[in-house]
Amino acid sequence: MQDLRYARASSVADAVRLLADGGPTARILAGGTDVIVQARERTREISLFVDVKHLPETMALRSANGAGLVIGAATPCYRIYGDADVARDYPSIVDAASLIGGTAIQGRASLGGNLCNSSPAADGVPPLIALGATAVITGPGGERRVPAREFATGPGQNVLGAGELVVSIEVPAPTPGSGVRFLRFIPRNEMDIAVVNVASALRFEGDTVAEARVVVGAAAPTALLVEEAAQALVGQPLTEETIETAAAAARAAVRPIDDMRGSVKQRRHLAGVLTGRTLRDAARRARGEEVASHP
Amino acid sequence: MVAPAKSPYRVVGTRPVRPDGTDKVTGRANYGSDIRLPGMLFGRVLRSPHAHARILRIDPSKALALPGVKAVITHTDFPAAEDAVADLGETSSNLKWLVDNVLASDRALYHGHAVAAVAATDPHVAEDALALIEVEYEPLPPVLSVHEAMNEAAPRIHPNMHTVEMMARFTPGPRSEHDIPNVASHLRMEIGDLDAGFADAEVVIEREYETGTSHQGYIEPHNGTALWNEHGELTVWLSTQGPFAMRDSLARVLKLPVSKIRVVPMEIGGGFGGKISAYMEPMAAVLSKKTGRPVKMIMQRDEVLFGTGPTSATYVRVKVGAKRDGTLTAAEAYLAYESGAYPGSPVGAGGMCMFAPYRVPNQRADCYDVIVNKPKVSAYRAPGAPAAAFAMESTLDELAEQLDIDPLEMRVRNAAVDGTRRIDGVAFESIGNEAVMTAAKESPHWNSELQGENRGRGIAMGFWTNGGQESSAYATVNSDGTVNLVIGSVDIGGQRAALAMQLAETLGIDYEQVKPLVVDTDSIGYTFITGGSRTTFATGWAVHEAGLEIQRLLEDRAALIWEADRELVHYDDDGVIRGPDERSLSFTEIAKQLHRTGGTVQGKADVTPEGVGPTFACHIVDVEVDPETAKVQVLRYTAIQDVGTAVHPAYVEGQIQGGAVQGVGMALSEEYVYDSEGRMRNASLLDYRMPTTLDVPAIETILVEEPNPGHPYGVRGVGEVPIVPPLGAIASAIYQATGVRPRTLPASPRVLLEELLPDDEG
Amino acid sequence: MSSRIIVTAEINGEPTEFLADERDSLLDALRERLGLMGSKEGCNNGNCGACAVLLDGRLVNSCLVMAAETEGARVTSVEGLAQQDRLLPVQEAFLDHAALQCGICTPGFLVATQALLAENPDPTEEQVRYWLAGNLCRCTGYDKIIAAVLDAAGRAATPAG
Repeated sequence: MQDLRYARASSVADAVRLLADGGPTARILAGGTDVIVQARERTREISLFVDVKHLPETMALRSANGAGLVIGAATPCYRIYGDADVARDYPSIVDAASLIGGTAIQGRASLGGNLCNSSPAADGVPPLIALGATAVITGPGGERRVPAREFATGPGQNVLGAGELVVSIEVPAPTPGSGVRFLRFIPRNEMDIAVVNVASALRFEGDTVAEARVVVGAAAPTALLVEEAAQALVGQPLTEETIETAAAAARAAVRPIDDMRGSVKQRRHLAGVLTGRTLRDAARRARGEEVASHP
Repeated sequence: MVAPAKSPYRVVGTRPVRPDGTDKVTGRANYGSDIRLPGMLFGRVLRSPHAHARILRIDPSKALALPGVKAVITHTDFPAAEDAVADLGETSSNLKWLVDNVLASDRALYHGHAVAAVAATDPHVAEDALALIEVEYEPLPPVLSVHEAMNEAAPRIHPNMHTVEMMARFTPGPRSEHDIPNVASHLRMEIGDLDAGFADAEVVIEREYETGTSHQGYIEPHNGTALWNEHGELTVWLSTQGPFAMRDSLARVLKLPVSKIRVVPMEIGGGFGGKISAYMEPMAAVLSKKTGRPVKMIMQRDEVLFGTGPTSATYVRVKVGAKRDGTLTAAEAYLAYESGAYPGSPVGAGGMCMFAPYRVPNQRADCYDVIVNKPKVSAYRAPGAPAAAFAMESTLDELAEQLDIDPLEMRVRNAAVDGTRRIDGVAFESIGNEAVMTAAKESPHWNSELQGENRGRGIAMGFWTNGGQESSAYATVNSDGTVNLVIGSVDIGGQRAALAMQLAETLGIDYEQVKPLVVDTDSIGYTFITGGSRTTFATGWAVHEAGLEIQRLLEDRAALIWEADRELVHYDDDGVIRGPDERSLSFTEIAKQLHRTGGTVQGKADVTPEGVGPTFACHIVDVEVDPETAKVQVLRYTAIQDVGTAVHPAYVEGQIQGGAVQGVGMALSEEYVYDSEGRMRNASLLDYRMPTTLDVPAIETILVEEPNPGHPYGVRGVGEVPIVPPLGAIASAIYQATGVRPRTLPASPRVLLEELLPDDEG
Repeated sequence: MSSRIIVTAEINGEPTEFLADERDSLLDALRERLGLMGSKEGCNNGNCGACAVLLDGRLVNSCLVMAAETEGARVTSVEGLAQQDRLLPVQEAFLDHAALQCGICTPGFLVATQALLAENPDPTEEQVRYWLAGNLCRCTGYDKIIAAVLDAAGRAATPAG
């Protein structure tokens, strides 16, 4: 563990001040499941942890009927998937929150942390993009909102400026006829980093797909919103043919790398497979059918 | 389950709670890393970032200037080790190699090779100091596979090393006439007339197989705490499978007499063969000598993976001939195993075990021990056998299919029986091979129908020799009728229980009356490692002998008390001593009288038992393969094994289940991933993927109890063979499910997908 | 240089004040500062579960918690499971089922199981396997651990008369 200091923020403003004073090597400590490992392995220089788990804003979980969902940036996964309203209205968030790490990781890890760690393989991010979520950022210059899809700018990189932190994530309320599904592929059945992950969102008007979002993770420097996949789906009924066209669009759009976790060929193929599977499940959810997060 | 015959035993065969259990469920048990001594320093190791590099300069001055740092050591702090490479009698235990693997001298030979160590007052300071030790390297080209290594163009990792012709598995012979680059030794084993055997065959197939590097994966990292006192006496507390083996290693590396060294085995958090060799222990000792304080060292997980001894990556080519009725006529294998940076792979064991379940009159195995720039391999559960069995079992499966014979029937027709000679010339006696195959044939699993798409069933055999060697046991009768049983065998998974049970059986007393205690190397006779599936067998022999001595001594004492003719006094199986005139004394009664009749009674035994019973296993596995992702899910698993007499059946089952799951890991998910520079890329338990609770089903076990006539209670080793069949069984199941036969393991989704994918995609 | 901090927390039911290095993890602090050696370091990276403890009643890996974070918190380690001289049903069940071989992963499994049964007193085998997927055991193949957990759930439901 590299030499570092610990400070507990007493308010969001205090956190901003601590971050700003701490300079570029100050890091927010939420669940710590990424940053503590990075500090220990010295893969990132960290001189100060600013603990934001004692603030009402960062630990929020509010689901007001019809008005969307506010998830505190440090709210741990277990609270998110344990919430009945979230489970009913945002099952794709449960899909992700309940498979990040194991139970003990889920006791700490947060979606805000997942977003800010900005790994291309982050499991929490594709559903947030598919849901059209927004990161609420506070910093020395005040508050600003950045869509989840614009948040990460590269592996480990994001839009946060000096002294800024994500306070919460806002997710729009689900619209009638919509369904979202997130799936990932890992070699084991738990405890792995996604080789590829995909979130798909569909909104139907009658039998016709009115709106679609397909987001592929771990297959480009940041999670990829595949516009061509949406174009293949919108304006017609969902069929195996349109699904295959969308899957082909996902395969064509990704820019994966070869690394120890997966090959280019494997990732490209899986992007297509998971696009198909998530679209079928999203349609079932849109129809009101129960699709369990886990098999 | 096969219904066992009525047990002739009172204690053996029952399932009592282990004596050390309460301490281990309350967190009180003291493992190696739990020791704390006054004034203790904390040591850390600096490791090479290069797979192959000349070490030009090591400058510790900045580290030594850091407040709290007390010492830095390099290889020059060890006594000079003569380079005995020319001494061909020492193939795998050349002292310079042993020392250099602990701490590199002129060259670093693998990523993770230790180059320096530091001791400081605080673990954080010791870690900070590592970054301040300056090392100048000249990177050299790494050699990363047996194919590369054996190529004439390859750099010679040990320029003075020559290929040795082995006479037998552990017996080096002369220098080979054909020096093969980076090959430390060649062993040929042969019986019959191979050419005639193949001429006799009606079908011959030849196939190639490869396996990756896997690690034992014990959850407890290596640790060692050393105190070298002012009188030159060294005490080391640690987690080890072999306290005496560690004492020997320390004596050789440090050039100390064994009498100056005391090794104290703490509880051990898993080993599977990987906690025998010396790694940090000699460094902790030298750091303690330099500082005059105890020094504790614990590896981080990445160090465990790239700095200790995994198993060999392998290449095996096998050729098998058979008659149309399935009768095997000849079998030939070429095995090249990576040994890592220094010689000593288990390739000979691979060649020795792969054909052993079968009656093949003509056999040959050529075994090559190949040096590469990777960590020196260590023993791992049935070392060498899983990869070789994978090759043979897959080939046999394919042969059975070609001949349209059921794969289990194919094995039954060729089953080795008592009298069958195996490739090293030994003829089997009292083996349970056929009984295991029969039990497999009758098992619910084999007789169930496998339904569903993309599913397949595989079956494979496995063989392991098991071990004997030295063990000691001292048993002292207490006045309250209990017995303190002192042993030198470390308890790695229920050995205290299995040994206490055998003593209770011998003495006709209750299991609870025996109090086992594992002691240090000053307190018991030389006891070989807990490993090689030997402890319940060999230390069990010692325990039994100690019990028999107690019986004799108590008979003496009863004769004295009764003033009876010694010949008329008998210690009976029920723990009662009976004499003339219907006089009798129970064990507890006589125990009370020992002080007044001549003092303590102690039974002692120091044994090196012959009569080791080998063992066979048959595993049946059902898998489902996702045709779109190539992910393999194990649906059902049954392990059938000849276990001899199961002393504590629950721990026997546990050994089988644990071994099978390690085999599942080898077959599907576990492997070292190296980059082109030879750096290990996945040195964490996140990316070195051992099976989790969700990756395996319940492991059904069927214990076939074919008692070993070479042991008083019929004990055979059980721990190792269960890791042998899973690779072949799973590979065959994948073939049944997909039509693709994996020739390279692990059959990770990444690799298997390449086979399943249509060529036109992407 | 490292700096030292004083942390006040409730450790296994005892109000406790301890001196820690500011870069100590909770696992470091439990073991090196408090001498509670029951929590084990297997990977120091959150991938094995051997160091699992309850933090304010929630299952966490103590290697992924900073000691400083526990100021004002409640921590339960394996040493805090047994009540006086009585083992918990889960501890008894692990012994009866031979659910440990080397025992190094056992503290983590016990703490994780206790957390599971507090939340779900009657889990299915699949639920047990999901909950415990972050705890690695290399000796047992998990079979006897799963059996012990299911048995412990039954025992807890029917307290011994």
